[in-house]
Amino acid sequence: MRLAHAVIALKGIIKRELWRFLLQRERFVAALVRPLVWLFVFAAGFRSTLGIAIIPPYETYILYEVYIAAGLIGMIQLFNGMQSSLSMVYDREMGSMKTLLVSPLPRWFLLTGKLMAGTFVSILQAYVFLLIAWFYDIQAPWFGYVSLFPALILAGLMLGALGMLLSSFIKQLENFAGVMNFVIFPMFFMSTALYPLWKIKESSELLHTLASYNPFSQAVELLRFAMYGQFNGHAFLYTLSAFVFFMTVAVWGYNPSKGMMVKKTGGPN
Amino acid sequence: MSDSSVLSLSIEKLSYAYGNKAALTNVNLSIMPGECAILLGPNGAGKSTLFSLITHLYNSREGKIFIKGYDVKRQSCQALAKLGVVFQQTTLDMDLSVLQNLYYHASLQGMTRKQATYRIEEELDRQGMLARKNERVRQLNGGHRRRVEIARALLHKPSLLLLDEPTVGLDVPSRKGIVEHVHALCENDELSVLWATHLIDEIYPSDKLIVLHEGEIKAQGSVNDVCDGESTDDISKAFKHLTQDSSL
Repeated sequence: MRLAHAVIALKGIIKRELWRFLLQRERFVAALVRPLVWLFVFAAGFRSTLGIAIIPPYETYILYEVYIAAGLIGMIQLFNGMQSSLSMVYDREMGSMKTLLVSPLPRWFLLTGKLMAGTFVSILQAYVFLLIAWFYDIQAPWFGYVSLFPALILAGLMLGALGMLLSSFIKQLENFAGVMNFVIFPMFFMSTALYPLWKIKESSELLHTLASYNPFSQAVELLRFAMYGQFNGHAFLYTLSAFVFFMTVAVWGYNPSKGMMVKKTGGPN
Repeated sequence: MSDSSVLSLSIEKLSYAYGNKAALTNVNLSIMPGECAILLGPNGAGKSTLFSLITHLYNSREGKIFIKGYDVKRQSCQALAKLGVVFQQTTLDMDLSVLQNLYYHASLQGMTRKQATYRIEEELDRQGMLARKNERVRQLNGGHRRRVEIARALLHKPSLLLLDEPTVGLDVPSRKGIVEHVHALCENDELSVLWATHLIDEIYPSDKLIVLHEGEIKAQGSVNDVCDGESTDDISKAFKHLTQDSSL
């Protein structure tokens, strides 16, 4: 694989994802409205009932809206990852996935390129959300917006890889509803996006254990610390490992001789 | 590179099965530069499986496929770089313009913007689609979409063009236009073509004919040779003889 070829192809894949994203204005609006509703309605309602103690990375008592902001950025990336997965299943059914897979580049590279393109879109969404949140008085220090960038890349890649992995297992578009019920909702609600771990522990030990092992929790914590210019080593390593694991299985899933592409067609002799 | 580098496509002892059901059995075929090979077979003959194996969407476990001498399994990137494909189903992005679709493909082939612009204009012009380059694909009719797909498959100047029933669902003038254009490409550009179809009227007397039935190649050669082999001068009759259900 020539480097110049790889760079040109990567730019092409990202550009196509951007074109598609900008054309699908409803998708852009939906991606923003969802977390904003949580912020303006859900968080506002819970503000008085939920007290958040001083926990890192916060150095003072914070409003619930401030706490939930990192979780909502995670939510944007989680939904984006699943949206990419949905569009991959759609592309596969419609055939445009074939055009990508018959390109003269290694399959792992093509899939990584697709993943990076989706992550890039999710980062754009996240910063637009943060801009709106800024006017709602949810303001991180300026350097937090800079240090958030690499965290958004890793969290986006991890959640996108999960989506890609799922897309290799989903046979038809109709099965996607199952992903919503069995992946997105449990991942989001059993995480630190809405409540801190100590608060979850107060109500259920089991839920606390599930939330601590949930890779989405770790991604949210990575984002939360990065928003305040801090590095959470545990969350970083956990998110990175989850990314490597999901990506490896996804590439296997799309392997023409071993993965799910073969199993879907009945398998070779 | 193997000895078969002179051939645009060489398939040796290829077999493939879905579970216990054989889809292809001991397929051997070759296509020379500039040759237009028509892969004729009824539905379910194994044409799409063969295409999926040539394009490396599936991996063969038995047999070998070489494109311009490159082994599709071991040297897939080099082999795929020599290949242009038009799938049975439209694979264009409906919401993007003709240009955007073609630029995307050109980037996957590693073409710079300048090279891509030059080749896109050249191919669209040849297809009579240059004036419509800024239109969204959704606005084009089936025939025009096919033309764009052929232009796209030729952007990187492949040695071998695969067409999987490209005229399905098109009206007669569109079909005729595509058949003529592809044959002209073989003649003028030395392009090799493997054209899967079940429509006899798309075959030219100068074509190479490959009859596939129940996963096996029943006949292979010039149109005359295949007809002579079945003691007839009519392709339809020869095809009927060759594809009669073996269980009957």
